[in-house]
Amino acid sequence: MSAESLRDLWLTYQSTVAFIGLNGLLALSVYTTLSCGQLSLAQAGFMALGAYASAVLTLHTQAPFPLVLLAGAAAPALVAIPLGLPVLRLKGVFLAIATIGFGEVIRIFFVNLDFTNGALGLVAIPQRTGLPVIYAALGGALFVLWRIRGSRAGYALEAIREDEPAARTMGIDASAYKLSMLVLGAALAGLAGALDAHFNFMVAPSNYSFGRVVDMLVYAVVGGTTVFYGPVLGAAFLTLLPEVLREVGSRVGLQPGPLRLFVNGLVLLLVILFLPNGIASLPGRLRRRRAGAHAA
Amino acid sequence: MLLRLAGVRRTFGGLRAVDGVDFAVGEGEVHGLIGPNGAGKTTLLNLVSGLIRPSGGEISLGGHRIDRLPSHRIAALGVTRTYQNIRLFPALSAVENVLVGSHLRRSDPLWGRMLFLPGYRREEADALQRALSLLARVGMEERSRERASNLSYGEQRRVEIARALASAPRVILLDEPTAGMNPTEVASIAALIREVARAGQSVLLVEHNVKLVMDVCDRITVLNFGKVIADGTPAAVTADPAVIAAYLGSEG
Repeated sequence: MSAESLRDLWLTYQSTVAFIGLNGLLALSVYTTLSCGQLSLAQAGFMALGAYASAVLTLHTQAPFPLVLLAGAAAPALVAIPLGLPVLRLKGVFLAIATIGFGEVIRIFFVNLDFTNGALGLVAIPQRTGLPVIYAALGGALFVLWRIRGSRAGYALEAIREDEPAARTMGIDASAYKLSMLVLGAALAGLAGALDAHFNFMVAPSNYSFGRVVDMLVYAVVGGTTVFYGPVLGAAFLTLLPEVLREVGSRVGLQPGPLRLFVNGLVLLLVILFLPNGIASLPGRLRRRRAGAHAA
Repeated sequence: MLLRLAGVRRTFGGLRAVDGVDFAVGEGEVHGLIGPNGAGKTTLLNLVSGLIRPSGGEISLGGHRIDRLPSHRIAALGVTRTYQNIRLFPALSAVENVLVGSHLRRSDPLWGRMLFLPGYRREEADALQRALSLLARVGMEERSRERASNLSYGEQRRVEIARALASAPRVILLDEPTAGMNPTEVASIAALIREVARAGQSVLLVEHNVKLVMDVCDRITVLNFGKVIADGTPAAVTADPAVIAAYLGSEG
């Protein structure tokens, strides 16, 4: 392959690589709350808050880009505190429903907000993000989650996930930990929203619908939620998959749209049935299988 | 007296599970809590550890009322426990379970770990060492890396005791710690309970193994239908006609 065609390939897939990074951040934002056993589906709403806050700052002020990103992470984090205090008392499916409600409230709020052009959203946002910034953010998030694992706080989170009342009787303030992880997840989603807004030139309420948070959850589940890097693997896999399918589809004469949804659903089903701890657990499984074959 | 219960009541609908219970546990005392099935023993432990709230009465620890506090605050004041139906964290290893138990004794802030500070490393190594030596105390050092769910029943009970001791509590509540154990294991638990008490920690022991209770307890409270029917030294309690009637039924 010549240098010329390599550069063409890179130009074609540059944005796909960027989306892997952004989707990885979003998958991690779902993972943070899952890591202490809470299924929060408010992440699309948090992402919208981050995207709008940062876009408004860039369009209406001279704020430098790092400050804009910080605001994009801080705005949903601040909203997550009053949201989490009552909502985190709910468990399981009730928490999921309440947080879906929050996400929809945020979306409809922006549909009706004239200041940000309602349903049309904000356009012509200068592109200030590139791959280095996106991957620095992803790297930072992975670093924080890596260091939490195995720490005093990390063990507390695992204990809460496994048995919350028992964790409480060990002196672990479960409510504070759950709230902290919700806030951290909100900040990550907001950061991803701010980066996305300054990569795609636009924000609109329809980008932050319920389907968006389902995508994030599917990334996390397919990648695996027992280790911190699993959700990023899932995001990478499911972001690359449509690109591969487009190639395959065009050769056999299929429309890419329906095929994509079908294959996404199939992948999710297969993972849940045969690989419940996600792609991240695959190497360990293969190693054990090989060891078993040797022993036999 | 370190732990004091005064007129503690708890109803579930129309059922009076605990009905005006008074007793106290002194420092370094092993206090037995016995009674027939359904007498309210486990409910009482759930009340003391804050998993459920009393319908009335007072529970105090060292003079401070604890019956309105959330369970993590009660643990922070020095009360930890084991469970009758073992509640280890199944996906964690034995030593990780004990590390969770040491949560209250550790103060290492997370930023120390983020910045790779040497002090943090030392603290982490100390915590691990303490956890391993606690496992050694219950005879589980060889199995420290095993997942809790892979351990046998008796082993899980011993890990749970180590986990409860890891926060250096003032009072430890043991809910049937020897259920499912063989006589050798029971003897080792009895020795452990005595050793804990000698170190000045109090033990509130719910147990069906009468021999163990007679061996290790300084005082015994007997419950029946949520009420205290006897309270005193092991010898006095076993001679009490009300106790004999509750366990064996009365004549006539």
